[in-house]
Amino acid sequence: MVKVPEKAGAFFEYAPAPESRSVVDIKPSYGLFIDGEFVDGNGAGFKTISPATEEVLAEVSEADEADVDRAVKAARRAQTRVWGPMPGSERAKYLFRIARIIQERGRELAVLESLDNGKPIREARDVDIPIVAAHFFYYAGWADKLSWAGLGPDPKPLGVAGQVIPWNFPLLMLAWKVAPALAAGNTVVLKPAETTPLTALLFAEICQQADLPPGVVNILTGAGDTGRAVVSHAGVDKVAFTGSTEVGKAIARAVAGTSKKVTLELGGKAANIVFDDAPVDQAVEGIVNGIFFNQGHVCCAGSRLLVQESVADEVLERLKRRMATLRVGDPLDKNTDVGAINSAEQLARIRELSDVGEAEGAGRWSPECELPSNGFWFPPTIFTGVTQAHRIAREEIFGPVLSVLTFRTPAEAVEKANNTPYGLSAGVWTDKGSRILWMANQLRAGVVWANTFNKFDPTSPFGGYKESGYGREGGLPGLAAYLAPTSHLATTPATSQATSQSTAESTAESTSESTGRASS
Amino acid sequence: MARIDVKKTYKLYVGGQFPRSESGRSYVVNGADGTFLANAALASRKDARDAVQAARKAFDGWSARTAYNRGQVIYRIAEVLEGRRAQFVAELRASEGLTAADADTYVDAAVDRLVWYAGWADKVTQVVGNANPVAGPYFNLSSPEPSGVVAVVAPTGPLLGLVSVVAPVIVTGNTCVVVASEAHPLTAITLGEVMATSDLPGGVVNVLTGSVAEVAPWLASHMDVNGIDLTGVADAGLAADLEVAAADNLKRVRRPAGRTDWLAEPGIDRMTDWLETKTVWHPVGI
Repeated sequence: MVKVPEKAGAFFEYAPAPESRSVVDIKPSYGLFIDGEFVDGNGAGFKTISPATEEVLAEVSEADEADVDRAVKAARRAQTRVWGPMPGSERAKYLFRIARIIQERGRELAVLESLDNGKPIREARDVDIPIVAAHFFYYAGWADKLSWAGLGPDPKPLGVAGQVIPWNFPLLMLAWKVAPALAAGNTVVLKPAETTPLTALLFAEICQQADLPPGVVNILTGAGDTGRAVVSHAGVDKVAFTGSTEVGKAIARAVAGTSKKVTLELGGKAANIVFDDAPVDQAVEGIVNGIFFNQGHVCCAGSRLLVQESVADEVLERLKRRMATLRVGDPLDKNTDVGAINSAEQLARIRELSDVGEAEGAGRWSPECELPSNGFWFPPTIFTGVTQAHRIAREEIFGPVLSVLTFRTPAEAVEKANNTPYGLSAGVWTDKGSRILWMANQLRAGVVWANTFNKFDPTSPFGGYKESGYGREGGLPGLAAYLAPTSHLATTPATSQATSQSTAESTAESTSESTGRASS
Repeated sequence: MARIDVKKTYKLYVGGQFPRSESGRSYVVNGADGTFLANAALASRKDARDAVQAARKAFDGWSARTAYNRGQVIYRIAEVLEGRRAQFVAELRASEGLTAADADTYVDAAVDRLVWYAGWADKVTQVVGNANPVAGPYFNLSSPEPSGVVAVVAPTGPLLGLVSVVAPVIVTGNTCVVVASEAHPLTAITLGEVMATSDLPGGVVNVLTGSVAEVAPWLASHMDVNGIDLTGVADAGLAADLEVAAADNLKRVRRPAGRTDWLAEPGIDRMTDWLETKTVWHPVGI
């Protein structure tokens, strides 16, 4: 039996270290951001709360189909008249400006993100917001270098991008979508998640501060219906979605038969594979970072630990000891490691799957930890004795819950790691270089972290294989996802919508290359 | 007395073998002048599934080959096709009613297209892969990998069109199931004979003949197919239905092509459509 300290407090006593909320000025209510102005939406409106306290933070407008139509039209006007024709060097300067303002208002954004999402201020401050700024800097520099992107001499924007983002990294997901779209000369209509709209609305203010031309960025708050209206609007040329695989499939069906381009970044069930020669303490840190970072609300979370049988006991013992030191609680406390679950709905889902894990016979363990009485909380949890048939080994839990499986040979590790419909990410821990490279080749996943985990960078493409979606965000592939190549176009799209209003003129030249000889 | 021709039985090409349709069905294929050419196999749902299984079985081995080796094999297909030019010229003339000069042009272009793609095998990674300068002490490299099993609805052009959609799928390590042109299926099977004798492992390319409307939906909804190329789907309604079915496991979809000049030099998009980007991170330190 593994010995584990009873309570984290037995190790360390921490004085409270709260980050001040005073840096943030939350308005009682927010409208939609359309054509450069905040306007009231036609929908009923809804409240956004702090998941740590259930305190109502603000009332937010809900966009209906008419609002979506207004936003798409504003985006179209801005794209054809202002943003598309603007020299890339000028677009770049707007994006650099936005990046700078994000840095200047970084603390405010971090506190607001932590409040609305429930994530620890340490993560919002040190991970989310710095990478948001970095994304805008990275793509700003691309805006006047598109001819170097390997897409022909003069690649063209797609037009209006409809973007729907999740609640786990609200502003970061906005940055991943907005920065490359704008750099490429597209305009956007973006819908933030229902439970985390506030940083997107603050971003709208930042666009105003940067004097971004009206209509280039439109932010529509709302729930699933608003998202559906954005994705299925006929005036949208490009759809970018991050969220669940189920919704991703619905979007893929909704765009069938149209000429809309699509990028989908969906679920995952990543294997984090620990070999017997791995540096154990580093591996344990990697396991903890892999599944407890952001409360496990991470599509690429290392939610399946595959540990080599010969070191399984040792790794588990050290993992439990480390988990006992995790501090769960007030997201705004600078010492907090694990914050609040984002919503009551998500908490119910985590509880349900964890109960299923127990019912199916896996061994459940959490360190002793006191959870606040208000808000939505779930302790860091591991399940041992998990088999591949267990639902907790197959389904995305999207919470701080780790399923532990074992393996004997590298081939068995690969077999188990790839035995999932997902293919977003994977982790490998070993000291042997040739084994890392062999494993990296075998794993069917879009991101492979070797001797590290959950690292993100604007230059580094991110996205999955199989049912984790298609397309990449970040890096050059992330830019290409918002551009139409101008050379090497041997075919013309069958549906006329491909040359949408905005790009009709510019693509006419390239499509005329096709002389229409259609036989063998 | 005039010699009686020995006529060829056209079957399917699946897993390196030439089976008849398990359904026992066939359909009449006439030439451009309306005369009977042959009975082609009318592939069934079961044939489609068998073909997917063969393609999946071949994937691990084919995708693990070195790029150099895959390039050599594709080049070998070109060599063998070149050696059978006369046969393909005759088939194209009979099935499509082409002039001798046009048939020559298309066969030459098909051989050249294979040579062109063969050369891409060990270059596409260098063109679309990236070394990423991340802001931290990490090695970070993105490289393309094949998506897996790709279903292809081939366009009408029975040789050049077919070669132009199949070569870019397999050169990067994918395997495929091709539904041949419904109107001109025979050349596809003869091309299967070329592939079967070109060091291409069985199952890398599988050719089904028959009704696109009957067979393609089973491929579009098959959960072990990773992508579907709708290039040859002429009916926009069917294409949309296939795309809806493909969403069941989020297949990568290439929508139908409009009028395509198959003689023009292609871009690399027919390769990149079936490639995944894999990014590998490792810390840098001593």
